[in-house]
Amino acid sequence: MSAPTYTLPFPRARRQRVETSRGMGLGESLATALEAIGANKLRSLLTALGIIIGVGAVIAMISLGQGASANVAQRLQGLGTNLIQITPGSQRGPGFVNVGAGTRQTLTEADAAAIQEQVAGISGVSPVISVNVQAVAAGSNWSTRAQGVYPVYQGIENWQPQAGTLFSDQDEQDGGQVAVIGQTVLDNLFGNGNTGSGNALDAIGQTIRLNKVPFTIVGVLASKSGDQDNTILVPFSTAHVRLSNLTYVGQIVVQASDVSQMDSVQAQMQTVLEQQHRITNGNDDFTIRNLNNIIQTAQSVTQTLTMLLAGVAAVSLVVGGIGIMNIMLVSVTERTHEIGIRTAIGAHRRDILSQFLIEAVVLSGAGGILGIVFGAAASVAVSHVAGWSTVIVPQAVLLAFGFAAMVGVFFGYYPARKASLLDPIEALRYE
Amino acid sequence: MSPATTDTSMPIVQVIDLHKDYHLGSNVVRALLGVSLTIMPGEFVAVMGPSGSGKSTFMHVLGCLDRPTSGEYLLEGISVKDLTHDELATVRNQKIGFVFQGFNLLPRMDALGNVMLPMMYAGVTRPEREERALAAIRAVGLEDWATHKPSELSGGQQQRVAIARALTNQPALILADEPTGELDTRTSIEIMAILQRLNNSGITIVMVTHERDIAAYCKRNILFRDGKVITDRLVEERRIALDDLAAIAQAREIVAV
Repeated sequence: MSAPTYTLPFPRARRQRVETSRGMGLGESLATALEAIGANKLRSLLTALGIIIGVGAVIAMISLGQGASANVAQRLQGLGTNLIQITPGSQRGPGFVNVGAGTRQTLTEADAAAIQEQVAGISGVSPVISVNVQAVAAGSNWSTRAQGVYPVYQGIENWQPQAGTLFSDQDEQDGGQVAVIGQTVLDNLFGNGNTGSGNALDAIGQTIRLNKVPFTIVGVLASKSGDQDNTILVPFSTAHVRLSNLTYVGQIVVQASDVSQMDSVQAQMQTVLEQQHRITNGNDDFTIRNLNNIIQTAQSVTQTLTMLLAGVAAVSLVVGGIGIMNIMLVSVTERTHEIGIRTAIGAHRRDILSQFLIEAVVLSGAGGILGIVFGAAASVAVSHVAGWSTVIVPQAVLLAFGFAAMVGVFFGYYPARKASLLDPIEALRYE
Repeated sequence: MSPATTDTSMPIVQVIDLHKDYHLGSNVVRALLGVSLTIMPGEFVAVMGPSGSGKSTFMHVLGCLDRPTSGEYLLEGISVKDLTHDELATVRNQKIGFVFQGFNLLPRMDALGNVMLPMMYAGVTRPEREERALAAIRAVGLEDWATHKPSELSGGQQQRVAIARALTNQPALILADEPTGELDTRTSIEIMAILQRLNNSGITIVMVTHERDIAAYCKRNILFRDGKVITDRLVEERRIALDDLAAIAQAREIVAV
């Protein structure tokens, strides 16, 4: 025999303690784990599937939730900030029949003027008259809603012109027959035959007839979202005289100068309006609504919904972790003999522990990565198919992946520890 | 080559009044009842005895898989009794090469991978591991089978892989637990030929066997009964495995003619 020559790691001196060997590196443990996973591909895939679905679901749910949230926020942003809306109260007919909120004809332009004069901390007030009109222009006609408002209203509601201008205080004073139209109106009256969308510049200067009354289009409003774009704004004075001969208004919109003023403004308005309407018994014939509250409610609802969905998805992640633990326990039992061999030829407890722990973490980590791909693909697919907007949040991706890896460590530790504590003699005997 | 050649005066194994009790429920099984013996470098010992005689327990203690209840076991001067679990693992890894009856190779790894395994736990770098493993595989004559998995090898070949694995960390002692127990006569003699050659090069070997024929290839026979050594003698007419193999080959030739 050609004997290989190498030196023993132990000095031949008599001593009672043994230096522990360097043991396996991380790379070795990883290679061993990958080899074990590769040896049982189908089972490994099925094991990881729990994590894949869990992580995928968490990411898809948070993406959808964030998308919905962003959608709501965008719509609400279009409404303007720090708004308080006053609508007429319900009308009570004979026999206390409640005809419905907003049907009483009690609000007037004088109320708006009183609020403007007497309430501190507001930056704008406008009465709003809404009239259903048949709009005719460029040979097309479209049934829509014309709103008679003060010029300040355009600022309160965050309207921006995409072409032309908004109407001015001068127009309001003169009762000018001018109009600014929304995107939906533009599309329906000036729409190009092919795309259906109208060119805003084409509309400027054109005449539009509202219930046969001619107005000149001075501006086109930049689009906000769907239903808000189906409107035509005209000066309040003009609407009052030309479109509606009623003395009452549909609502009064007030903007507070600061969010901290909202409550005070609301209280002051209450007083002013009660004086205006000579109400002493508290049976108000108007309703004051703080739109900030509505925005906050809407946002907290979507937030809650997102958390709920993510929570349900996280449960499936934990279930996936239990699946990994289950398979790792089976795997430890199956490989008892192998563990015995490894221990007999010098594997330390930490070697066996790390082998099985890394196997569990690789399973859950790989499941996490596949889950991210799966979840991202699902949210993109949903946004395409269902038309929901989705926002893939990087933090959610990191969180889901980190959680998956932690699930691997947590649920892999017990089986790995069990393996590392096996008695080598017993393990070698196990068949 | 052998570590033993560096210091022949110091025993490889020194066992003094070894006791081992097992607790099975409320019963105490006294597997070893005061075993004392010394194995010097270069010895080739066969441990024999009926089942229940304590020879398996003795081998487990010798192999640092188990600790004695009382008594002293010095392996190359190191007192094994006080070592921790992981220190025992290091001793097994560095000082002892195991050869088992059932070969105990990892089925998913090829021969080379199996031989490299002990060195992986010793922290030997991969290139050195391969080099040393190939040298060991050559030493047992399996260089053409290095990339085969255990399932593709015969029993004799698997046992040679196991012997190669036992050699790689240059152990002070090779412990073989019925290494020929699952092999036919001719293959058994082949394995004994390899063990005799390793012993001739200076490696100390202790093996368990049931068969007197196999024990006759060793230099010293120890017989266990009821937890004690009852016979400990040198083999007088030692058989040489290579001679027997040549005789078998010759006999076959005659039959063929």
